[in-house]
Amino acid sequence: MHSFGYRANALLTFAVTILAFICAIASFSDNFSNQTPSAQIQILNINWFQKQPHGNDEVSLTLNITADLQSLFTWNTKQVFAFVAAEYETSKNSLNQVSLWDAIIPEKEEANFWIQISNKYRFIDQGHNLRGKDFNLTLHWHVMPKTGKMFADKIVMSGYRLPNAYR
Amino acid sequence: MDWQGQKVVEQLMQILLVISGVVAVVVGYATESFRTMMLIYAGGVVLATLVTVPNWPFYNRHPLEWLDPSEAEKHPKPQVVAKKRFSKK
Repeated sequence: MHSFGYRANALLTFAVTILAFICAIASFSDNFSNQTPSAQIQILNINWFQKQPHGNDEVSLTLNITADLQSLFTWNTKQVFAFVAAEYETSKNSLNQVSLWDAIIPEKEEANFWIQISNKYRFIDQGHNLRGKDFNLTLHWHVMPKTGKMFADKIVMSGYRLPNAYR
Repeated sequence: MDWQGQKVVEQLMQILLVISGVVAVVVGYATESFRTMMLIYAGGVVLATLVTVPNWPFYNRHPLEWLDPSEAEKHPKPQVVAKKRFSKK
């Protein structure tokens, strides 16, 4: 501690180390938050259901997505990334996940929402397996922190079924 | 800065930074504001810098007392004596 430069360096180094500890504690505190998200998805309409020129099935849906993700936000949350995926099984793949819609929710106030849209991303199968197919619609979310560990979870909603014939 | 001052400065720096950190986390968590935590900590770092980095006079209250030159002349340095070789017993 014999010179100005020595003390400035020692202080800066120690301050950054403590900053790392503070951020670790902030991230750790996320484990204690009580998260009670809820969601509902309705398929309002099958807009069309066709086989593409290349042989793959494609379907266009109008969805009504209602969700309350406010309890996911903590003091250490930067944003929540949410997406809806259609999940189903075929003979070729044990699990197909097709993302239909996603959103970035930057504020807690915007996390209680409902939205009625046709699917943002195309629902295309690897093959032509979709006729009469039962599938789940799953709302996934990633809670992106300001510092530290990211948490991800989902709600699975089952009981959806595509028509038996092309429209 | 004298030796005593350096010791005090090191302890003061560590204590101030740790306390700023603890207060920052506690207040930030209680107010659910990440920004508050960072602001309090930044304030604590600035405070610690102002208190411990400049060479304040109160860190120089126990200066080393060097020997006065006139006194040093009265006590010449001892001469190095050539080593005697001891015979083996």
